Amino acid sequence: MYPETYKYSKEHEWVSVDGDIATVGITSYAADALGDVVFLDLPKVGDDTMYLKICGEIESTKSVSELYSPINGEVIEVNDAITTTPEVVNQDPHGEGWLFKVKFTELSSELMTAAEYQEMVG
Amino acid sequence: MNKTILHGVHSELGASFTDFGGWDMPVRYGSDLAEHNAVRTSAGLFDISHMGEIFISGPEAGSYLDSKLINASSAIKIGKAKYSMLLNESAGIIDDLIVYRLAEEKFLIVANASNKDAVFEDLKNHDFDCRVEDQSDQWSMIALQGPKSNEVINRHTKTEVGIGYYSIEENQIESNEVLIARTGYTGEDGFEIYCQNDAAIAIWKILVDAPEVTPCGLAARDSLRLEAGMPLYGNELDAETQPAEAGLAKVVSNPGDFQGSKNLSSPTKKLIGLMGDGKRAARAGYKLFQGDQEIGEITSGILSPTLAKPIAMAYTTELTLEPGEKIMVDIRGNMQEFLVTALPFYKRGS
Repeated sequence: MYPETYKYSKEHEWVSVDGDIATVGITSYAADALGDVVFLDLPKVGDDTMYLKICGEIESTKSVSELYSPINGEVIEVNDAITTTPEVVNQDPHGEGWLFKVKFTELSSELMTAAEYQEMVG
Repeated sequence: MNKTILHGVHSELGASFTDFGGWDMPVRYGSDLAEHNAVRTSAGLFDISHMGEIFISGPEAGSYLDSKLINASSAIKIGKAKYSMLLNESAGIIDDLIVYRLAEEKFLIVANASNKDAVFEDLKNHDFDCRVEDQSDQWSMIALQGPKSNEVINRHTKTEVGIGYYSIEENQIESNEVLIARTGYTGEDGFEIYCQNDAAIAIWKILVDAPEVTPCGLAARDSLRLEAGMPLYGNELDAETQPAEAGLAKVVSNPGDFQGSKNLSSPTKKLIGLMGDGKRAARAGYKLFQGDQEIGEITSGILSPTLAKPIAMAYTTELTLEPGEKIMVDIRGNMQEFLVTALPFYKRGS
């Protein structure tokens, strides 16, 4: 259920690495817990993100939650498509529902493997 | 935590659960937006068995309720219902209720789950010739709501459901004895079905299997009632709020004295509807401003699934605010403009 090649934060974001570019999204566990996502406030291209620092907000029908960055880096791309179709975050959280991409140098050693994350969320 | 008889059925359907008034209730089965839209366009099925059923029966049942509630139960015709309230001595709201007259000397009061015990405690001691019984543990309650509800329910009832809005009748759903009321909390046509606990699973399965019907959780119930401008106890109503403050002065129509009536006073706050632009909901607890002056607080707020705009209810101390005027809401540090809007936000057929 959680892609083996991704890393996971304790705040329920995933990171997928390709060279020095990391794609960030929220896990299906987080998407299910939020309910239907209706609004996203994402970081902008050029913003610096810091590990476990707030970088945006996700609003669902029921609540608003802070978005924590799972990685230090600089935002190079934002998934603009999902700002008009936020339901994609629920439909495909580990794929088309990605949030932003950052250029980075180092991953936090605290990030979990898929198996570790699965164990954390039970 | 309390569980309804249908809890296992909800688990099988893959529901997520939430604590609501001490009950472990389904918040959604899949997408709460899809559930909301099903009720607006077809039909949705809700387990609302957490609600309380209190029966008052006997020769003086009507006159007893007249001494307690804000409108006259003795004036309700048999088979009809009224929206009402029980106030405390200070005229604050203990609970908002529906009162059904089942027979000349028999009334059913439906109370909110979290207030049921308080309502029963308040009603149980009296000098009238009638009995007050809390039968909440014996009854389940299923709501079928949406424009297709009438068509769906009539495929399964013994006799055609012939009642209009705010009425109740005895009937059978595939041989299960039920009380069917044409009431609801969604702003759509629909029914609330009362049955003994041992019939609840059978009735739920009959109705949920209809192709028009989507099982719906409390998330959809909340967004539907808010669009329909209906107050929720704990958000818009509480023991410190009087009916007129909640915009419900009209409901106070009891010509005699009743509990709390001597302390009904001029409102010190006013419930208003608000509508904004964009996609950011103004949520419960966010503050209202006119210029630098704080003038109130949101009690319920969402991005309306039907209108695709933020809608909210709020209390303001500005008693002269009227629909058409603009105010600001502090949405987590961003001031956003909202238009004071007449309730409800949504009317069926609109």
